[in-house]
Formats: sequence, structure tokens, C-alpha cells
Amino acid sequence: MAQFLQFVFSGITVGATYALAALGFSIIYNASGIINFAQGEFMMIGGMAAVFLAAAGIPLPLAIVLAVCIVALTGLIIEKLMIEPARDAEIVSIIIITIGISMILRGLVEVFLGKANHALPSFSGEKPLAVLGATILPQSLWVLGVSTLLVVVLGFFFGRTRTGKAMLAASYNRLAAQLVGVNTNSVLLLSFILSATIGAIGGILIAPIATTSYDAGLMLGLKGFVAATLGGLGNGLGAVVGGLFLGLFEAMTAGYISSAYKDAAPFILILLILTFRPQGVFGAKQTDRV
Amino acid sequence: MDYMRKLLAAAVIAVPAVSGAAYAQNVKIGSVLSLTGPASFLGDPEVKTLQLYIDRINKAGGLLGKKIEFINYDDASDAAKANAFTKRLIDDDKVDVIIGGSTTGSTMSMVPLVEKAEMPFISLAGAVVIIEPVKKWVFKTPHTDRMAAEKIFIDMKKRGLTKIALISESSGFGQSGRKESIAAAPKYGIEIIMDETYALKDTDMTPQLTKVKNNPAVQAILVFGLGQGPAIVNKNYAQLGMKVPNYHGPGVCAKEFIALSGDAANGVRLPCAALLVADNLPANDPQKKVVTEYIKSYTEANKADVSTFGGCALDGLMIWVEAVKRAGSFDKAKVRDEIEKTKNLAGTAGVVNMSANDHLGLDLSAFRLLEIKKGNWTLTE
Amino acid sequence: MSTMTSPPAVTSRQGSAPKSWMSSRFTAIAILIAVLALLPLVLPNAFYFDLVIRIMINAVIAIALNLLIGYTGQISLGHAGFFGIGAYGSAILTARYNMPPLLSLAIATLAAAALAWLVAGAILRLKGHYLAMATLGLGIIISIILNNEAAWTGGPDGMSVDTFRMFGLRLAGEQSWYWMFAGLLVASIVLAQNLVDSPAGRALQALHGSEVAASVVGIDTAAFKTRVFVVSAGTTAAMGGLAAFYMGFITPNLAAFQHSIELMTMVVVGGMASVYGSVFGAALLSLLPQALARVEGWETVIFGFILVGTMIFMPRGIVPSIAALLRKKDA
Repeated sequence: MAQFLQFVFSGITVGATYALAALGFSIIYNASGIINFAQGEFMMIGGMAAVFLAAAGIPLPLAIVLAVCIVALTGLIIEKLMIEPARDAEIVSIIIITIGISMILRGLVEVFLGKANHALPSFSGEKPLAVLGATILPQSLWVLGVSTLLVVVLGFFFGRTRTGKAMLAASYNRLAAQLVGVNTNSVLLLSFILSATIGAIGGILIAPIATTSYDAGLMLGLKGFVAATLGGLGNGLGAVVGGLFLGLFEAMTAGYISSAYKDAAPFILILLILTFRPQGVFGAKQTDRV
Repeated sequence: MDYMRKLLAAAVIAVPAVSGAAYAQNVKIGSVLSLTGPASFLGDPEVKTLQLYIDRINKAGGLLGKKIEFINYDDASDAAKANAFTKRLIDDDKVDVIIGGSTTGSTMSMVPLVEKAEMPFISLAGAVVIIEPVKKWVFKTPHTDRMAAEKIFIDMKKRGLTKIALISESSGFGQSGRKESIAAAPKYGIEIIMDETYALKDTDMTPQLTKVKNNPAVQAILVFGLGQGPAIVNKNYAQLGMKVPNYHGPGVCAKEFIALSGDAANGVRLPCAALLVADNLPANDPQKKVVTEYIKSYTEANKADVSTFGGCALDGLMIWVEAVKRAGSFDKAKVRDEIEKTKNLAGTAGVVNMSANDHLGLDLSAFRLLEIKKGNWTLTE
Repeated sequence: MSTMTSPPAVTSRQGSAPKSWMSSRFTAIAILIAVLALLPLVLPNAFYFDLVIRIMINAVIAIALNLLIGYTGQISLGHAGFFGIGAYGSAILTARYNMPPLLSLAIATLAAAALAWLVAGAILRLKGHYLAMATLGLGIIISIILNNEAAWTGGPDGMSVDTFRMFGLRLAGEQSWYWMFAGLLVASIVLAQNLVDSPAGRALQALHGSEVAASVVGIDTAAFKTRVFVVSAGTTAAMGGLAAFYMGFITPNLAAFQHSIELMTMVVVGGMASVYGSVFGAALLSLLPQALARVEGWETVIFGFILVGTMIFMPRGIVPSIAALLRKKDA
């Protein structure tokens, strides 16, 4: 039992980070149909910026806030310079653009901040808490707590605020949204800033547990994409559930079946799911229009 | 987009300007190292070390009156790229020696090419397959992973630890270490009763460690990996309150490992080269002079801590330089023969004594079994 | 969801003036053959031969992948997996079962094609990003298996591959491989162009325009997509096998996600639905790392800017965009 609980703790901690990555994917996908392969890089820059600001002597809380701002600004610049000019390109072309963006961001961090691995100090110490024979790090609670808070805030934003509703409207039908006066370009810009911010927060939260380096974004991005797909792309709640499920599934596979194949297991599952539910777990059935 | 245009222009101009310059009179050292990708923390100190010492040789008048030109390519930790760049070094750059191949995969993809071209080749990668069986033109400087496993098993046996759990990374380094550990274990009466792996960028290994913890028969764990993974294993080990002795492979012989692990590093035992404990070496130790000098030069030039990986690059360079001096020429066949005759060369990894059937020239005594105490390396013997 | 339907990529280029287009097609292939025949005279050394060989390997794969991406509008983020099956299949069958190389290559190719055929039914029903996800998953599973099953594959450190023998001839040295791959490249261009121009090919292009429309006018979209998917997977596997014999050493990296992305980038940057675009894309993506090799540290950044810049200024890819520009000038 304690063993099972330990696997659960591991799964939800890792899963929460996947969920934050997946949320970033979903928000941009919703606003534009774009899969942003640079999402993992947002997380990496968040973590790396926080590490370097903190190492420069800036108090941790301030360093974190600054790091989030830096990444949000990065999101803004990228959208303005590289996504907006290609707004009407085909979907594969935009995928290549986001892959190019991820290379630029990764390369710049490599050139200016180096290739070493770094760990951010834990927010409230390293002393593990014992729960029913299993242990969890205080930092994991931070990850889970902040992730939950973010999901609630985002739910409020999309459900209750005018801007949020406009973003959702634009995702259902871009033309119709434009007709009723929604500026779809600012929706796209906002979605990038929002995704970058969420990514940065995620990247900072896990930096004390997972450590960070210039190439940490590759894996995070890939897992986030998997989690988002699992939850049905563009579905915020689905992304969170997808992320948590992915984390748990990996932990259970590593714990009970084979640690060598734990990374393959989610993909086998996804192929099975897509075979029987081609629209994802939470996606609705749709037919493309002519 | 203006900055982009500038960058592009710079790239277009820079490429021919650099590669087109005439260095006909120079001797050329070529290298293919992993400057980016998962193995970049091997390639990074390696290239910095080579650059530092080649500059120094050139400042002192060069080698046999010739300036050394250093040509280095980044294989991005990909063996296929290493293979392509080796062709470039051999056929286009026409180098006189190749040092490098940061990883075993890259090295093995280069081996057929250097053998065919009859090019002296000193690899900086770990696995024993590089030099066993002996290949005429291929040498290497770091201890093999088999030696690492043996060094660890000797210590385990001494402490009466016979049933262990192996936790290896799914990278080339981790899997080669796993294979050699499994092969060497019976010789020392060690039984590997659990065999777990984790992937290169994994952020949490508690599931694997929980299983190990709940197996009361396990008397020690052995972790074989590179970079941040083994540090996360340590953190998880501390989180789970594990007490069994914690051994690591030589892929983490760098200060970064201690920094990333934090307090969880204390108590870890691992085999490393003497480089890490230079201060603790007795004054009459043959390696004392070379390692002290290397640490001073490297830290001054790069404002970074030394690692054993950079040290292996220095050893490779020195082995070749000494061989050239003895041969009195850059003739590849003569230099190769002299490399094979390297004797009593005190390098950072150990005292090198090569022969026709030993293209590494190190024995177990060159490996020191270290224990991390209060965030620092200490000798156990 | 409307944003996801891509605009029709089929242009009036094909078919609007069949005569002049046919002749320009023959001119193009004649020029290519002349270039390939004369190139060995100017290539200074084996390294340049190697470079051209790598371009040709990538070009054949890109042409096959372009049939899928450019003409049927399907995305594949897993083709490196098929490349891996071809490479490892050939290597394992020759090394561990003493099979003749050509037979090993054939078996590995058929195995990849069979796998593609098996999964096609399930995954080609998927749309857009779900298809991308499914192909990505397939590729990653293959690369994890190659990585883990060390007893067969040698694990992450890779395995050596025997020399290629064919009808008693031993294929070694860049020169002989050069002619072999040059022949394959010309053949695949001719085949691809014939396919594109056939009634089946026109149906293919209709697919990219709109699947719903295509099925309305009575085209069996599923069967077409499956056939193209299987052909492109088989071609990629065959090239993987040959590349393995050529390089003499392989690691699971060649089946990795990164390699799939590279292959897709060749197609998109060169130009979707353009055979020569694929050749150009393959050349560009193979040459860039060599050209940037001396710009230490900045390679990744520059590479990224080139990708982004090309897609912003030439969203349809380099070759079709330049062709369109030239036509505008003529008119």
C-alpha cells in the first residue's frame, strides 16, 4: 500500500508538470489551431532564468517573478515576429516555424547561459513529509498547489471574463468571432503570452526537483504534447487530466511492469486510444468542412 | 527581421573565411566531440581543454617547429554525424591525428573510417569495446566501464555487500556500464538481484527506488549514468530515507554532480581519476604534478571546475605530442607505433603504459575509490 | 476547427499546359542526370562524395515522404522509425542470420511496409494533429525498442553493419555507392512524377484539397492514403537499409524523433507537392550542418532562423515559391 502510494506521489508530481505543459499547448491550439513545439522551451527558459537570477543574488521570490516576466515577454516577441507574419500558412509550415523557434531559443540559452545542469533551491526546504509510509517533498506540494490554482484561475478566466470568452469564441469559429467584433490577432497574441507564462511557472516549479539545462525543454515539450493529445487537444480540463494520467501511467509502468519500457507505454496506450476513439479521450466528433 | 539578415550574412561570410584559410605548413589535430545534445557535458570540457593546451603549445613555439591547427566538429551526440564529420577530417581537412569521440557510439562509428584511412585515433569514450579487441589505429584514454565496475565490486566485497540493485540510464554510457557490471559481478561474488533503468531526461526515479527499498535483500545500489539523472536518483534516495550504501559509476566525476545532488550526495562512493582529489595526493605521487597544474590552468582559463572528462582530453593530447616527439616526425605510421610504446606517462587519469595488446595502458590502481563527504571528494583508501 | 483545414495546395501548374510542362519535365531530369554524371569530375575528395551521397539518400526519402505530406496532406512525425526498421532489419539479418545483404534489405523493407499497412487502417483515419501524434508514437516506440533490445541491436551504442554484396560484387568506397544512389534518385524522381501525373496522382492531389470533396466525387480516399503511406514507409526503410550498409555502423539515434523532424523539414522547406522541392530541401538540410560546423555555438540558432525565415517568406517552400516568382516575371 505504501508502495502504491509512493508511485502515486511520483506520478502526480511528474504528471502536474506534464499538465502545465499540456495546458500551454491547449491554449495556443484553441486560439489558433497551432501546435507550438516551442512550449517546452518556455518552461526551460523559465527555469534557467530563475536559476541565473537567483544565483546573481536576487531574492528567490523576486527572481521567480522576473523570470516569469522574461518568458511572457519572449512569448510576446515570438508571436509578433514569427507567428503573426505566417498566420495564413499551412499547418505543417507553422509546425516547422515553431520547431525553428524552439531551436533559436534553445541555441540562445546554450550560447549565453552555457550547457551545465542547474538546480533551483527548493521553495520550502528539502525535508520530505511522511504520509502513510510514503514520502513526498515539499516542492511537490508546491507543484501540485500552484498547478491547481492555475487551473482554477484559467477556468475563471475562460468562463467568466469577457476576454476569456472572446478567446474561446475565436477558437470555435474564427470568422464568426471576427464578425462579432473579436480581434483574433490579439487573441492569438494573448494566447502566446498566457502559454508562455504558464510554461514559465511550470518550468520554475519543477526546477528544484528535476534540475534544468538548456536542453530540458525537448522532453517537457514532447510529454506536454502527448498529454494534451491524450486529453483531446484544445480542452483545458482534458489537458490537466491527460497530464496527470500520463504521469501516473508512467510511474505505475515503471513500478509494476518495466522501467525500461515506461516511456513507450504511454505511446502504446495512445495508439490504442486513437484506434478506438480517433478524436481523443475528451474530444468531440467533428467533420472537416469542405 | 534585420538582425536575422545580419546573422545570415555573418554565417555566409564566416564559413569560407574560416575554412578557406591556408594552413599548409601546419600540423592538424582533428576532433569530433559532443558539444551539444545529451553528452555535451563531456564534449564541453574536452574541447576547452584541447583548445587551452594547443594554444599553449603554439605560444611556446609549436611542435617540431610547426604550429598546431585545431579543427573541431560537434556531432550533437549523434553517431551518424560523428561518422560524417570524421570523413571530413580525414578526406577534406587531412588532419594528422583525431582525438575524440566523446561517446562510445560516436567512437564506434568513427573506428571503421580511421582504420581504413590509417589515421591515429585517440578516443575519449568509456566502453571497453573500443579497445577490445585491439584495433591497430585506435587508442583511448579514460578508464573502461568494466574497470569501473570492478573497482566498485572490490570495495563492495570488502564491505561484505553481495546482493545489489543496479540502476542504469538508458543512454549508451548507462547501458554499456550495465552490461559490463553484469559481466564482471560473478567474478567478485556479487549478485545483481534487481536491474532497473531510467531515461535520459527523467525527472523522478522514486518508482524504481521504491521497489529497491522494499526489497529487503538489497544490500547496496549501483547507479550508472551521466549528467543530472544520477543526481536526481540521489535526491529521491534521500527523500525515501534509504540507507543502503549508494555507489555510482564514473560518469558523474564532476563538481556539478555534488552541486545538483545537494546534501543527498554525502555518502556516495564512486571510482574516479586522481584529478578530483589532487590536494589529498601525497607529494611523491607521480600524478600530483600534472593534475595540480591542469586544475590551475583549466580553472583560470574557463572559470569553471575541472572534471575528469576534460582531463582525459589532455591525456590524449599529451600521448600524441610525446609520440610525435619520440618519432621525430608527423608520419602517421611512425606516430602510431610510438603511441603504442607510451610508457610511464603520468596523465590525469593515471600512469599510462601501453603495449601492442593494450591500447589503454591503465590498470585498476589508477582509479581511486572516492567518497563524498560534506560536499567534497575524499579518498577511501 | 475551421482553422485546421488547410487551403488547397494544388495549383494550376500541373495540367494547365500539359505539353510545355511535359517537355520542361524532361529537361529537368536531363539536367539532373547531366549534373549527377559530371559531378564526380569536380568533387575534390571522398568527403564531398560522402556529402552528395547523404543528400541523395535524404532526397529519395523526402520525395517519398512528400507524396504523403505534400499530395495527400497527411503529416508524419514517425518516418525515422521506418528508416530504423530498414537499417536494423538489414543489419541484424546479415550479421546474426548470415543472410545475403540484398535479401536482408528486401525483408526489412517488406517488414516496414507491412507494419505501415497494418497501422494505416487505424491511424490514417485520424486528422491533423492526432495523425501527427499517432505517427510520432509509432516512431518513438520503434526507437525505444531498438534502444532496449541490446541483445539484437547492440543497444544505444549501436552495431556495425556488414559490407554490401550484390550479385557477387562487393560494394565499397564512395565512388561505387555514388552511382548506386544516383541511379536510385533519378529512378525515384521519374516514378514520383509519373505517379503524380497519373489519374491516381490527380486523385491524390484532390485529397489534399479536400477529403470530403474527393470522397464525394467517388475517390476511395482511404485506399489511396493507405497505398501512399505504405509506399513512403517502404521507400524510407529501403533507404535506411542501404544507408546502414553504406555507413557501416548504426545507432538507434537514426530512428529518433529528431530524425523524423529533419525528414519532414526537408519536405516542407523544399516545397510541398514538389518533387524537386524535396531534392532541394534534402540538399539544404544536409549541407547546412556542414556549412555551419565552424560557427561554433551558433549553429542551432542560425539553423532555427533559416527554418523560421523560409516558412515566413516562402510558406509554400523554397522551390514552389521561386517557381511562382519566375512565372510571374515571365507573364
